[in-house]
Amino acid sequence: MPPLLFYLFALITLGFGLNVVIARNPVTSALSLAVSFVGLAALFLSLDAYFIGTLQVLVYAGAVMVLFLFIIMLMDIKSEVLGGKANIAAIAAGVLVAAILALQVATISNQLPHSQDTTETASLNLSDAAKSWEARGKQNLPTISRDLKEGTLPDAKLMGETLFSKYAFHLQLVGLLLLVGTVGVVALSKRDKEVSPS
Amino acid sequence: MAAFFANIDLTFLIVSLVKIVGFTFAAVLPLVTVCVYLERRFSAVIQDRVGPNRVGVPLTLLGFKKDVQILGIGGLFQAAADGVKFILKEDFTPKMVNTFYFWLAPCLTVVPALLTCAVLPFGSELNFSFLGLEEPVKAVIADLNVGPLYTFAIASLGVYGIVLAGWASNSKYPFLGGVRSSAQMISYELSLGLSIIPVFMVFGEMNLPKITQFQDAHGWLILPLWGDGLSLGRWVLWIPMLISFLLFTIAMFAETNRLPFDLAECETELVGGYHTEYSSMKFALFFMGEYAAMIIGSGLAVTLFLGGWSIPFAPLLGLDFQAGATPLWLGLLHIGTFFAKVLGFILFFILIRWSLPRFRFDQLMKFGWLFMFEAALANVLLTAVLMIWFPVK
Repeated sequence: MPPLLFYLFALITLGFGLNVVIARNPVTSALSLAVSFVGLAALFLSLDAYFIGTLQVLVYAGAVMVLFLFIIMLMDIKSEVLGGKANIAAIAAGVLVAAILALQVATISNQLPHSQDTTETASLNLSDAAKSWEARGKQNLPTISRDLKEGTLPDAKLMGETLFSKYAFHLQLVGLLLLVGTVGVVALSKRDKEVSPS
Repeated sequence: MAAFFANIDLTFLIVSLVKIVGFTFAAVLPLVTVCVYLERRFSAVIQDRVGPNRVGVPLTLLGFKKDVQILGIGGLFQAAADGVKFILKEDFTPKMVNTFYFWLAPCLTVVPALLTCAVLPFGSELNFSFLGLEEPVKAVIADLNVGPLYTFAIASLGVYGIVLAGWASNSKYPFLGGVRSSAQMISYELSLGLSIIPVFMVFGEMNLPKITQFQDAHGWLILPLWGDGLSLGRWVLWIPMLISFLLFTIAMFAETNRLPFDLAECETELVGGYHTEYSSMKFALFFMGEYAAMIIGSGLAVTLFLGGWSIPFAPLLGLDFQAGATPLWLGLLHIGTFFAKVLGFILFFILIRWSLPRFRFDQLMKFGWLFMFEAALANVLLTAVLMIWFPVK
């Protein structure tokens, strides 16, 4: 991807991200966040991470933000639109948190393997990857090695393989947590009706 | 700057541009008008009426004696007349609306619907060696490894258009329509995505061109009648595939807001639903968005289950696809086959619309959450269990 496009999408992501905080109208905030997600997805695509980029749009922009928008529209937003003065303490705290996060990201990303490589110097040889993939005894997944031999990165398949073999237990744990959350929500929202029968 | 321009692959750029303009604006958008005409004529046939059969090329305006009917079929210009009518009507914006979002909403309905066609393989390959192109041109705008996911991701953005239209109109009926429609689309998106997981399990692949090539050689998913399709395994897996096809089609009807599920705009309860306050071309954009979504949905169903551009019994007829060695006429024939299948599927959409009554809203939600969702999940499990004994290589 040309650097020009990177700067364009980075600008979209950051600009609309800023608009989420600045905008007075909550609907504008919610939609700005959705546009910011789309810009982020484009940045993922520029790293050849098509699967993550698509999921970013599918899950966050397409489902989560729609639910947010839904709730905002069902509320009466007139009081929020009028707004008040800027809260200095909140802004200072926000800047501080952002600075700490940036520091953390910078520290960690410097210690990752290949963190000194640029896209030109990084070595990515997919046909070698196919050989080492088969050497690991994974012949029962022929589509992955076929893709690697063709020179395309099977990101969705590799991610599924890792999730369901290496992290199978963690995945089930997260699933259980989500189930508990769902049951909790149903239990909480049903409680009122039992107290006051018609 | 010169180095920057030297890096651009001009052939790739031009070919992509031609594909985008050719497929999106010269094929899918005109198909919308064809759909409108088919909808009106086919509904007339079903209801034993005549339907629009008069509008031809309006030569009488220029002083000729008679209008010309193309191919002798009356009414082919009806859709064009509708379009002219939409453009000439007053574009009225009510006073109390939120103007920015009121204008944004129709665009947000059409643009995602048209963006989704980027991954649909509308043909196999086109051999342009006489123009000096060495590699055959793939008849798909973007050959992505996550094709169907991309379609769902972009299609899920279409909800914003409807929600915003309902909210920005600042009026009761559009708001109710918008809320209904978004609830419906979010619910059925789940079963839509889950219903085709078994398909990807069978193919082991999410690349739509590769899926179509497999079906061309080994029989369509729903009609495995040639090649490896005649094995026992494929016919055992045919049962979950048929369930998957039915679930996908039903969810597609709900996603595109078509009639058994068009609760968002049901006239008897909500006047016009989310587009009550819209007029002129803005209303037409909602209309176009709905039909474009229907065309893309049909295209996806045809690609996944009915072989896409593949000609029936192609290996037996010697018309099967050979990568890199397909003559131009066969490539064009594949494109023709794809559009013929899509038109057939659209006729099925229309037939259902004019034969079934509308659901009630609570029935719709109950059906989506208590039947479709569970059935799709159970189907994933069924396919997984069957594939232990009958894997597809």
